[in-house]
This record gives sequence, structure tokens and C-alpha cells, in this order.
Amino acid sequence: MSYVPDRSQYPAKKADGTLDIDLTSGKYLKLWQGPNHPGITGNMSVELTVCGDEVVEGKTHVGYLHRGFEKLMERRTFIQCFPIVCRICVPEPDFNEYCYAAAVEELAGIQSPVRADWIRTLILEMGRINSYMMYLGGQAGAFGLGVIAQWTTYVRDLMLDRFEELTGARIYHMFIMPGGVRDGLPEGFDQRMEETLCEMERTLKDVYEVMFCNAVFKKRSVGVGVIDPAWLEAYGVTGPNARAAGVAKDVRKDQPYLVYSELDFAPVTGQDSDIYTRADVRRRDVLVSIDLIRQILAKMPRSGPLMAKVPNVLHWKIPRGETYIRGECSRGEYGYYLVTDGSGYPRRVNVRGPSYTHAMALLERMIVNVNISDVAGLMVSLHTYPPEIER
Amino acid sequence: MGVRDLLSPFTAWKNLFRDPVSIRDPLNRAAAPRYRGFHQNDNAKCIGCGTCETICQNGAIDMLPVASIATKQGDSGLRPRIDYGRCCWCALCVDVCMTGSLTMSNAYTWVESDPDAFRFTPGIDKKHWDDEELGYHRPAGHQLTGRVRMHMPEMEAEERIGSFAEIVNGYSVDQAKLEADRCVSCGLCIATCPTHMAIPDYIKAVRDGDYARGVALLYETNPFSGICGRVCTHKCETTCAARHEGDPIAIRWLKRHIMDQVTPGQIRTAIGKPSAPTGKKVAIVGAGPAGLTAAFDLAKQGHAVTVFEALAQPGGMTRWGIPEYRLPYDIIDQDVDIIRSVGVDIRCNVRIGKDITLDELRSTHDVVLLGLGLQLGRATRIPGSDHADVRKAVDLLRQATAGEDFGTPRTAVVIGGGNVAMDIARTLARLQKAVYGEVRVTLTALEERARFLADPEEIKEAGEEGVVILDARGPQQVMVENGKVTGLKTWRVKAIFDEQGRFAPSYDESDEQIHAGSMVVEAIGQMTDASLLGDELTELLTWNRGRIQVDAGGRTSESWLWAVGDMVHGPDVVTAVADGHRVAASIHANLIVTEQRK
Repeated sequence: MSYVPDRSQYPAKKADGTLDIDLTSGKYLKLWQGPNHPGITGNMSVELTVCGDEVVEGKTHVGYLHRGFEKLMERRTFIQCFPIVCRICVPEPDFNEYCYAAAVEELAGIQSPVRADWIRTLILEMGRINSYMMYLGGQAGAFGLGVIAQWTTYVRDLMLDRFEELTGARIYHMFIMPGGVRDGLPEGFDQRMEETLCEMERTLKDVYEVMFCNAVFKKRSVGVGVIDPAWLEAYGVTGPNARAAGVAKDVRKDQPYLVYSELDFAPVTGQDSDIYTRADVRRRDVLVSIDLIRQILAKMPRSGPLMAKVPNVLHWKIPRGETYIRGECSRGEYGYYLVTDGSGYPRRVNVRGPSYTHAMALLERMIVNVNISDVAGLMVSLHTYPPEIER
Repeated sequence: MGVRDLLSPFTAWKNLFRDPVSIRDPLNRAAAPRYRGFHQNDNAKCIGCGTCETICQNGAIDMLPVASIATKQGDSGLRPRIDYGRCCWCALCVDVCMTGSLTMSNAYTWVESDPDAFRFTPGIDKKHWDDEELGYHRPAGHQLTGRVRMHMPEMEAEERIGSFAEIVNGYSVDQAKLEADRCVSCGLCIATCPTHMAIPDYIKAVRDGDYARGVALLYETNPFSGICGRVCTHKCETTCAARHEGDPIAIRWLKRHIMDQVTPGQIRTAIGKPSAPTGKKVAIVGAGPAGLTAAFDLAKQGHAVTVFEALAQPGGMTRWGIPEYRLPYDIIDQDVDIIRSVGVDIRCNVRIGKDITLDELRSTHDVVLLGLGLQLGRATRIPGSDHADVRKAVDLLRQATAGEDFGTPRTAVVIGGGNVAMDIARTLARLQKAVYGEVRVTLTALEERARFLADPEEIKEAGEEGVVILDARGPQQVMVENGKVTGLKTWRVKAIFDEQGRFAPSYDESDEQIHAGSMVVEAIGQMTDASLLGDELTELLTWNRGRIQVDAGGRTSESWLWAVGDMVHGPDVVTAVADGHRVAASIHANLIVTEQRK
């Protein structure tokens, strides 16, 4: 009793390869998903043309969240950009702080202290876990499993508590400054972090039982939303989206930054490249991050400077130069392209958020022939955050 | 997909038997000790420098006057008002706060129906978290502005005692840039500087390497910039925002650095050409900082200015009082030459009252301005002080500048704890070193060492050069044997002032010492030699405790006669410069008004 689509209704292709969709024919319907969609994909929308309950064409629309950060930064001093960058990605802001700080340091000829590098790595892994937790809840929710989000939000909140005691804030941490980090670990942090990690492991076991060993979830995710490995290069697919297709791309390994070369881990990969595999890769990536945090806390130096000597930040000028700094965030390769012209302001900041490629071009390709009810699950499975599309 | 996938989801039901994890009372949840909550400001510590306002990228901070806080030296009287509709809690304001007064509480939630309540001045508008100890405070060692002053290279004691060569080398361009980098441009120094120099702007010029701009800024307010760059009392540095948690910016040395980097031609370009001649003639008596500043301003405004100087060269006390190792004479010459270049006619070796009378000046000029300075040393009037070998410091310093041999004593005792005392002690030390090969100078002062009026570095350097400095010693008698001075008898000072705060030293007579010396030098203050006024004019003028009484513009009770500088105000170069500007402006306004009335 399987579903057999009726292809007789499907639009024909025109000579240039585009579909011949005659909206007046009554065969097609325009359907907007978003921008006020309760799913985790946030403030972007997809303009769907459906035939029956099947998507024949999808166009992505972004811009609902445009705040012009890159432009704003051109009118702010280097230190004044520091509190702005985190806003470019709400659920995992720390990558912006790190990439921006590293870019400024490189162009200014500053070396951040070793201890600061360890703390930066710790923060980035904590942020990665949080980002995945948000994803897992969203992915399950898109297929109707509401309870998973409650569990992952709970452990994410525990990690936010750790963020709060380490950085002084829960969401926008504003802790990784050009030059180093603001402060060291608070008293008793290791113990509380270990408790949080244990609680997280316990919750992940529950999540595995209820989400990944679940006929409903499997029915809707296995074999659905496949990213053809051949597309990876063409679309610039990175991160778990690429790793689930069997390509072990991971900037942490490929071009180690901070202290990743001193840590023992292997990139998580999968083979089937469908929604289920991508979710599973991310779930296992959380376990890697938990292990990394334990390694970091065991190995990190506990004394030493936290900030390199920086010039007076009020009139910090950086010589002419340009650089691209990249790192592996939970969604793939995150990069900052920074151009300086010798003044006290960045000449150009360009943020390479992985969501840009995943959520716009790739999604338009993948969404064709997908059932309307699977669109939300597919969008979530690419793990995209609209703010980093619209810097 | 198997049976497990059908049954496993039901394990979620085990949560029915777990305690809920949600927080029951989120409003009263305690935030982490480092939490960046609402601001606190210790207004007693805050100096209103506005660095927080400068760094705030949201424009959330406005520096505003506060009724309960008065503006004073080193405190703008403004306090940061924070708009929490704009604040993003990044805490950069806390990180750059120059005094550490601004902190953040860990107040986690605040519910209020009035939106205007979220814009307030921390510490002034009372909030329940004002006394909260937890919250974000700048971590120790977390500095976003430089706190340590660039070391000024200078000669070591053994080297400098051998000559009158300048001690301080001055900053190199790189050193000056690093020092200038520390400035936060708050401008508290501008208010403190008597002549209100554009300090943050010329420091910026140093940072930018734009010395032409720098020297133009210097000459807007101070034609004695080369001199002040070396010997200014730098009151600005006492109110520098950086001094609260580090060393003040070396403002004086940065001024000197600009002057060291420019040529006289660049200076003349910077100050521009004088205005068209007005036909008015001004006579100025005394070519010191006050008189020459007034001359510079008036000449630039087109008046014909003639300065009469009794001594052989212009500069006043900067030349005849300050020793060459602190202020080389060519620096004075350079500053004076610039003043001459705007058309000021300086006539030296002309003593008013002897070579020309004051009446003659009055009859040939529209205005006569007196800038006589304080050239007479005060006397201790202790027994024996009428001996020929009991000398005044100002007289000796004048003779030293002129190159006259006043008979360098083998041993000397200096009375006084101010900069003049240090100057003569160190001058004698150099002369003794040259003549006898060893330094035998004792300096005695009424004050305790910590309360000396001299600059701390002067005291330190004098000590390094071999001057024996004795504090809390009151001079009682100059010891004379066989008609020759042999030393000074002092008692230990118990208190300098009486209970009413009047000057009335009390001594411990049991602690008596005799300091050997074939010369005793008095350096306990100066006064004006106003004898050139003559009896009649002296009688006509109004006097205030030995000083000529003048109005706010420097005019005496005689409408044609004005007075400026040390003879009416306190003794330091930059105050004299400020006074010169003020009086020149007043004279100029007066001359123009008279012109218009005609």
C-alpha cells in the first residue's frame, strides 16, 4: 500500500530547463511556508508551487532579518564591532566572536595567549552542543515529536547556566575579545560542567531511544531529503550535511585552529545522506563535543595571561591587509573575511555563514518532488540559521 | 525498522516518574556572580571622563550633569545615564572605565510598567541592586587602555652632575606614539591647564605623526610650548583620567616631543601672519612668560608692541631662574625668536626708572603693561643672615646664568624645600663638582619630605646628585666665626602651622644641629621689585598684600597701567602664560573700544 504519485499532472520543462507552470490552469497552487513559521528555520520563507500535495518548485526568500551588520561594522571601531558580531548567529554566537577576534589579531599582529586559546576552544564546543540541542528539538518537532524539544531545551539550559557563570551572559556571551578572552574559569566550574555533561549524556540516550529508534521518525526521515554527494562541491556543502554524505570534511581536522591539534577526535560521518543520517551525525557529534570538553578541561593551563597586550582600544588602528579566518561550527564552515585599510574601522567584513549555501541554493534543488508535509523536516535537516544569511 | 522502533518511543513515559526540571520561581533566580546585569556606578569614584560614553557602540550612554555633583578639577561633574532600550550589556563601558567606578550588578530581572524607568543614571537614581556585590566587575589585569607610562630616557646621576647639559633626552617618535596611544581623550586636562591647551588633540597629532597640526594646536594657547614642554608644573597630569588606575599620560613630555620634531619655519607657518597694523602702541615691561605672551597676542592682533627688559636677554625667570640642565637656553631662544617673528620688538638692557622713566613710556604708548615677575628673594631674617655670604637663591641663579663667578663655596647650606631650592642646590652641586671634585651641599626645609613643594623627581634627582636633604629643620642662626660663615643652626620642626592654620612654626629645641657650610643660601620665596613705579604712583595704586590689585582683565586702578604674571598671580610659567593671554585680550578689547569711541 505505497503511495504512487500521479505524474500526469506534472509540469513540462521548457527549452531553457525551467518548468512550464501555468498558474491559471488550476493545477497548481502557490503556498508560502514562513516567514512566521514556528519551526526552527526561523525568519525565512519558501515560496512553494505545489501540485496536489507535492512540491514542483520552491523559491527561497530571505531578508526578513536583515539588520546590515556588515555595513554597521564599517562605521564602528574594531572594539565596537566585538559586541555586534555575536548577533549574526543567535543560537551559536561564539563562532562570530572567535572568527572576528582571530581576524583582527592576525591583521594587527597580535598573538592571543595560550590559555585564552584553550578557553576559546572550550566555549566553541559548548556552543556547538547548544546549537545541536536546538537542532535536535527542531528536527523532531518538525515531524511531530514534541517531547524531544523539551528535553533538549532542558539540557541546553543547563549549558546556558555554564555559559552564564563563565562568560556572564546566557545567549550573547561577548567573551572572546580581540586579544584573548575576558576572564578565566570560575571556581568549581569543572565539577558543574561534568554534572552538566553527564545530564546531557543521559538525555541523549533518551533522545536516541525516543527519536532515533522511532518508527514514525524513521518512516519520515530515512531515504527522504537525500543530498547527492555529487552536489557537495557544486553547492559548497560543508559540515554535517557533507559528513552525512560520507565526506569527512571538518575544518577542525583539515586546518586545525586554536588547540584542536592537541585534542583527540575523529570527524563523525554517515553514508546515506538523508534526513535521518544527518540527524544521527549531529547526535554523535554532540558526543564528540562532550568528549572534547572533558579533554579540554583536563589539559588546559590554569594560569597565565588571558589577554594579549592590545593598543588602546579607543583608537586602535590596524594596518592595511586582508584575511579569511575559518572554523567548523555546528552547521559547517564558518568564515570571516576582514579587510583593513590602516584606519580605525574595518574597511569590509564579510561573514561566510554555512546557512547561506545550505538554505538558499541547496534547498531550492532539494525541495522539488517533496511532499508538503516533509518540507519543514527537510528545511530543518539542513540546519540553517537565517541571521547568518542576512548579515 | 523493527519491533524496537515501535516500542522504544514509549520509554518516554518514564519521565512521568521524574521530578520536573523547570524552575518554579524564575523571577527570583540568582544569576551567576559574573552576570552582566544592570549597571552600578560608584559616583564618589567616578570622574565623569566619559570614556564609557565614547566606547558604547549603541549610543546607550549619555554624560549628563547631576544636581548632587559639582564640577571640580579632575571631575567633569557629569555622570553616565544609561538607556536600557539601547544597551546590549556588552560591558565594554566597564572594561574601559578609567577609575573602576562603573560595574554591573547581577540583577537578573526587573519588571516595570513605565518604559522611561529603563533610562536612568546608575548610582544617582537609586536601585535595589546598587549595593549588590556580585555581578560583572572588570577582572584583574583586564586592561583595554595602556596603564604604564613610557619610560623617559635620561642621564644617570654620575653623568649629569658633571655638566649643565640637559638631563632629559626626550621621547623618540615611536616612544611618543606609544605614550600618546594611552590617552583616552577625555579632556579633563583641558579644564585643569591654566591656559586650557588642546591636550587630547595635540596628543592625537602625536599619534598620527602630524606635527604641523600638533604645533598649530600648541601655539593656539601657548607661545611658550618649548619651555612648558620641559619645565611646566603639569597640573594637567594631576587630573589625568589615566592616573586613577595607572600612570598619568606624560602630557608635558608629549608637548616637548612635538616641539622637538618641528622646525622654526614650521612653527611660523602654523601661527600665521599678524593682522593689519592698528596704529596702537603697547609698552610691556619685563620679557618673561607673561609679558611675552601678552606681547605675542597683541602683536598678532596688529598692535605695535615694544618689550623692555632690564637684563641682557629675554625669558625672565625661565632663563634667569631655571638652570640650564632643566631648560637649555637655546630652547628659550627658539621660543622667543618665534615671538619676535610676529613683530614684537624686545629691547634688552633697558631698565625702566633708570634708562627710561615710566612717565616717558606712558606718554609715548597707549597702554603700559607691567610684567615684572618676582625677582627679589625673601629673607629668613635669622641672626647672622645679614652676612655677605648669606645669599638669595634667585640672585645666585641669575649670576650662574650670566656666567658670573660668585665664588663657589666648598660647603653650602640651602634653606628651602621648593623647586628654587632644588635648583640652587643642584647648581651649586655641579659647580662644586667642577671646582673641587666633590659635592657638599646640605638642603634644609621646614616641611616633612612628603610635603615638600618641590616636584618629587627634583627631590629624587637632587639626592642622587649628592645633595644631603634634611626635612623638618627650622633655621635658627647663621653661624659666623672670625667674620666667616661656618654653618647653619637648625631645630627640628614640631609643627609649621598653629591650630588656626596660620604660619607659626614650633620647634623642638632639644634637637639642634649645625650644618657646616661656608655659604648659606636662602630659597624661601620671592617678591616683586616694584621700585620703578616711584613713590607717587605707588601711592596712587591699590595694593593687596604687597601685590598690585588688578581687575579681571589685569588693569590696575590707573586706567593706562596694566599688570600681568607672577607679580599679580602665582609663580609658574603656564599660569603666567594664561594670564598673558587674558590680559592681552582685555587690552585688545580696550584699545579697539577706545578706537571706536573716537
